[in-house]
Amino acid sequence: MSTVPSTHAIEVEAVTCGYGGNVVLRDVSFTVPPGEIFFIIGGSGCGKSTLLRHLIGIHLPTAGEVRFFGAPFNHADAATRRGLLKTFGVLYQSAALWSSLTLRENVALPLEEYTDLRQREIEEIATLKLAQVGLTGFEDYYPAEISGGMKKRAGLARALALDPAIVFLDEPSAGLDPITSRKLDDLVLEIREMFGTTLVVVSHELASIFSIADRVIMLDKSQKGIIAEGKPRELAERSRDPRVTEFLYRGDRPGGAA
Amino acid sequence: MCAAPAANSATVTAALVGDVLEVALAGRWRITEARPHWADVLAGRTPRWVKVTVDQVEKWDSSLLLFLFEVRQWTRMTGAYLDTEALPAKLQALLAQLSRSHETSVPFDRSENFITAVGHATMEVWKKGSDISHFVGECTYSALKLAKLPHKFRWKDCVHEMQQCGAMALPIVSLISFLVGLTLAYTGALVLRQYGGDIYVADLVGLSMVREMGALMTGIVLAGRTGAAFAAHLGNMKANEEIDALETLGISPVDFLVAPRLLALGVMMPLLSLYANCLGIAGGMTVAAMVLEISPTAFWVEMLTIVDLSDILSGLIKAATFGAIVGLAGCLRGLQAERSAAGVGRAATSAVVTAILFIIVADAIYAVIFDILGI
Repeated sequence: MSTVPSTHAIEVEAVTCGYGGNVVLRDVSFTVPPGEIFFIIGGSGCGKSTLLRHLIGIHLPTAGEVRFFGAPFNHADAATRRGLLKTFGVLYQSAALWSSLTLRENVALPLEEYTDLRQREIEEIATLKLAQVGLTGFEDYYPAEISGGMKKRAGLARALALDPAIVFLDEPSAGLDPITSRKLDDLVLEIREMFGTTLVVVSHELASIFSIADRVIMLDKSQKGIIAEGKPRELAERSRDPRVTEFLYRGDRPGGAA
Repeated sequence: MCAAPAANSATVTAALVGDVLEVALAGRWRITEARPHWADVLAGRTPRWVKVTVDQVEKWDSSLLLFLFEVRQWTRMTGAYLDTEALPAKLQALLAQLSRSHETSVPFDRSENFITAVGHATMEVWKKGSDISHFVGECTYSALKLAKLPHKFRWKDCVHEMQQCGAMALPIVSLISFLVGLTLAYTGALVLRQYGGDIYVADLVGLSMVREMGALMTGIVLAGRTGAAFAAHLGNMKANEEIDALETLGISPVDFLVAPRLLALGVMMPLLSLYANCLGIAGGMTVAAMVLEISPTAFWVEMLTIVDLSDILSGLIKAATFGAIVGLAGCLRGLQAERSAAGVGRAATSAVVTAILFIIVADAIYAVIFDILGI
């Protein structure tokens, strides 16, 4: 149904990220075409979540530019920025559901903020989104009343509320058992299949990387930047960088058997 | 589904061909943009058959789905037939899913009948009462245990808490006590002046501050300042599983966290109360000197005719009790907090309310006891 736009969904150009005077990542550049499942991987503390927070505008890069569908995001004026905020949804590591709202109200809030839909229609959409992530029957539960995996799915439903073209997922599998984690991976594939959504996933979950990632970039703490980019299987088999192979081989081949 | 800009907005053209209303959708259907509504498309017509095509649609999302759902609901209501064969399989699947979620979504009923509500409330009160007694018992046991094994006591934490709840509270206690003394003197002067008894303002301020207001005001200030801080700190520790970590190590959270705080408050409250008494009297003295033209010496001498050591002691006993109440309420609510940000907030609020309530109750009980004992 949708035609592929001529521009990339995301363009990151020479972005430098850091807090205060401390540089975490320097001169990071990459592009993500529409409809791709793109993973940002790397060991703990390498700056994956930091990069994500800079991509979604929680922090401003100290240098460089982030563009969504060709439109600059970092230094956009308030109206453009608000327009661009509608193009992406975010699933936070802790799901970040608003604890005083039910799941339906959590999903409905972006719709109330950004659409002119009637309350009944908003509720229909919120219910549908929750159904799409397998939470039918839990619409009126509060976040404190559901499990961690369900919170993640509800967070994903909220991220999908406005049918964004891009969805960012920060460590979606963190704290989940392998089966729930696998179900979440299936859901990611289903969302891409159904809506052609671009998905950017921050993760170090090797099972997810090998099963759903189209392309990955790997960050390194000491280099403060990207040390590898490509398809995960190809990187695992062909990369000459021991940091990359060590990271990718560990989970793909249990016991270290090559 | 992608959000790249497109020129055309969502449009619908409908033409009645015999009994069939042929509805052709076109343009870009985005949930964040305006879309046509089925009632406007119908324009009063009542077709028996509705055929929808989406060949001219450039982009779509839940907006298109909502429109189709509106059509489906109307056809179901009127008994008309909705022909969706021309729709892409993806859209048909989503429409079916929306219909299913619409039908299966049953509002969660949180209401309960009156009898159940009363029963739950009674059990809740009983549980709260038993929790308080259990906690007080646990604290007593901990105090006895630590008295036998003083090296197990967290002295460093206790000193830190003393600084936090004592020294750091001096500015606010000073201001409030001085103003309370000042207010008492002004209020007393209003009545006493009429009878030429200006000098008795000294008795009023002195006795009120020493027996009552010094301890009470300090207790209330510390309930808001320290009790809430204890509850928030312990509640946050509970949310971060730090309390669980202590328990799994076999360390009692009461010994480790509650006892140092209780001792710190138990020591600092009487001292703060004494300090509050002095500041309150100073406030009264200021009013007496500036408004009533009573010299500080005359004020002091007159005050000593009525305030004796038993009054000061009764105030100190109250202060120590109020300190224990603030500490117990803060720590209990903190340890009972739910494991969430909202839970920590509720624990802090509840600690303040509980502490102030019990301070007032204890004050009333002391008033009766001291009256009986003739103190």
